[in-house]
Amino acid sequence: MTTRTAPPPAGLPGSVRQRAAITAKTLRTDRWWFAPLLTVIGLGAWVTYATVRVFMHDYYWVEDFHYLTPFYSPCVTQACIPEAAHFGRVLPGWWIIPDAALTLPFLLLFRLTCYYYRKAYYRSFWLSPPACAVPDGHKTYSGETRFPLVGQNLHRYAFYAAVIISLINSWDAVLAFHSPKGFGFGLGNLILLGNVVMLWAYTLSCHSCRHIAGGRLKHFSKHPVRYRFWTFISKLNVRHMQLAWITLGTLALTDFYVMALSAGWFNDLRFIN
Amino acid sequence: MATQNAPGGTGKPGTARHFKVWRGDESGGELTDYQVQVNEGEVVLDVIHRLQATEAPDLACRWNCKAGKCGSCSMEINGMPRLGCMTRMSTFEENETVTITPLRTFPVIRDLVTDVSYNYEKARETPAFAPPTDLEPGDYRMQQVDVERSQEFRKCIECFLCQNTCHVVRDHEENKVAFSGPRYFIRAAELDMHPLDAKADRKEYAQASQGLGYCNITKCCTEVCPEHIKITDNAIIPMKERVVDRRYDPVVWLGSKIFRRGKQNEAVQGQTPRDPDELGSVHSHAGGSHEPEAEVGAERGVHWGRQVPHPTAPPLDSRGRLAISEFTFDKAAAPSPFGDDVTFPLPAEGLNYSHPDQPQAKD
Ligand code: SF4
Ligand code: SF4
Ligand code: FES
Ligand code: FES
Repeated sequence: MTTRTAPPPAGLPGSVRQRAAITAKTLRTDRWWFAPLLTVIGLGAWVTYATVRVFMHDYYWVEDFHYLTPFYSPCVTQACIPEAAHFGRVLPGWWIIPDAALTLPFLLLFRLTCYYYRKAYYRSFWLSPPACAVPDGHKTYSGETRFPLVGQNLHRYAFYAAVIISLINSWDAVLAFHSPKGFGFGLGNLILLGNVVMLWAYTLSCHSCRHIAGGRLKHFSKHPVRYRFWTFISKLNVRHMQLAWITLGTLALTDFYVMALSAGWFNDLRFIN
Repeated sequence: MATQNAPGGTGKPGTARHFKVWRGDESGGELTDYQVQVNEGEVVLDVIHRLQATEAPDLACRWNCKAGKCGSCSMEINGMPRLGCMTRMSTFEENETVTITPLRTFPVIRDLVTDVSYNYEKARETPAFAPPTDLEPGDYRMQQVDVERSQEFRKCIECFLCQNTCHVVRDHEENKVAFSGPRYFIRAAELDMHPLDAKADRKEYAQASQGLGYCNITKCCTEVCPEHIKITDNAIIPMKERVVDRRYDPVVWLGSKIFRRGKQNEAVQGQTPRDPDELGSVHSHAGGSHEPEAEVGAERGVHWGRQVPHPTAPPLDSRGRLAISEFTFDKAAAPSPFGDDVTFPLPAEGLNYSHPDQPQAKD
């Protein structure tokens, strides 16, 4: 029984061994396509809504309570209602130019290069891969090694911009407490405030932020303050995906609420004034 | 069949369940159907053992600890890469067919056993821990907060499930040359974050030689890791950010262009992956490293000219296969991979290596 000896082991340089010939592309039996499908529906719906709203050039400002939707903040074109333009009107007012043209491109870049959204759209829109252990939809693959995807490394700078934009959004939320009748407080304020809090949570939970705050250090013990900061952001960072979706929700909700008030579909629920 | 498969222990009697197991080798194979008795509390590896004890004594499968700690029993169960010993049968429906296949990304040896040497090659290529030169062994001191991040990655059991799942090599065999895979990204991160590691170019190395840029952070490695290491969030993304610090930060980039032009290693600057031809020379399969000094140091104790006994290949059964299961073998245990005529320890005179610090023997 044990007379023949084995051939020299394969796998040495030069020899190519074959993978197991399994015909099925994937043997997964669960609903692996469900999560990418939800992502396509969710992101698709949001992007459609946002595009329509951005080019609507209307219903973004509630004069009575000084509510400004985040999609038009800061409003910087000639087409802006003067009271809504907190930072001046510097750009021409063509319909093709979004009224928040100075910030929206950076917000878009921020979300496009976000490590979470990258995962989400690579999986769902680009099918690379659609789900774990399900084959990539592409013949060749070079990942983020070359143009244009190497540009994902710009995320750091988009993050800096997003911090500034979050400050502007916070300022809008504060200004909204001051309506023409003096101090005022209504459901709209709560919604604006909630949106801003969530935007901050999302922005601070960013992986780049975590890195800048302390992740890049080699010796935490030499930087106790930054270490605590890093620890705090790490806790937020675990929820980055949830925050990414929550902020899409709060942004759309805030915008819709402002639009509805501005168009007079219903009235704001006022607590004071 | 039912009597043959009768459950051993006490407790509720088991039920017969349907399994499909991939049987075959390099030359081809297929999914084979089995009905196997499954008892309460069992895992997939138990089922494989029962199969080996009954219907399929020659079913090849690697395993060792049956406790999720050795990383041997990696396989794909219903298409998902998992540890056989940590996948409970209770996670499947009673009437569900369970399909068991070998890891797809690596060449198959037989049945569920694959050749994972790709991973060991990548491991050898990764530069080792490099403490500061002025520090004597025994003088290493570090604070817990500093070493904590690295410790997460030490939990790795080298099951290679992450390497197997990563679509960069799973779906694109050609990327194996340029891409080291998530297991080695956590190694790079572990060392780069290590308070006592003095090697400064690990980020560049990860990017230029390990293929960090190929990863598109789709997180499948994290999803399958049985040790729940946050591979993507805690290792890959931080490494990508560290690369951004060095490569894509315009301020740093400008500074390096103006002040240190030409001083940086070209290979490190280059985006191009390693030349495959290089693999045979510098990154030798015999344990090459990227450090010329390390290479020289390792060679000092080796006497290449000395005659070494040729290893004897292990015995094969009548069908020309390794007897992997002891049930079919005429010896008390599995055959030695070194050949059954080799006994350990080997006589010292027969070795071709002596420790560099010891007096060097002459040929
Ligand atoms: S996150 Fe990167 S390394 Fe991990 S499986 Fe995905 S592509 Fe591979
Ligand atoms: S990182 Fe996790 S999945 Fe990868 S080899 Fe280590 S234990 Fe296995
Ligand atoms: S915003 Fe998602 S990672 Fe930076
Ligand atoms: S047998 Fe050791 S991990 Fe499964």
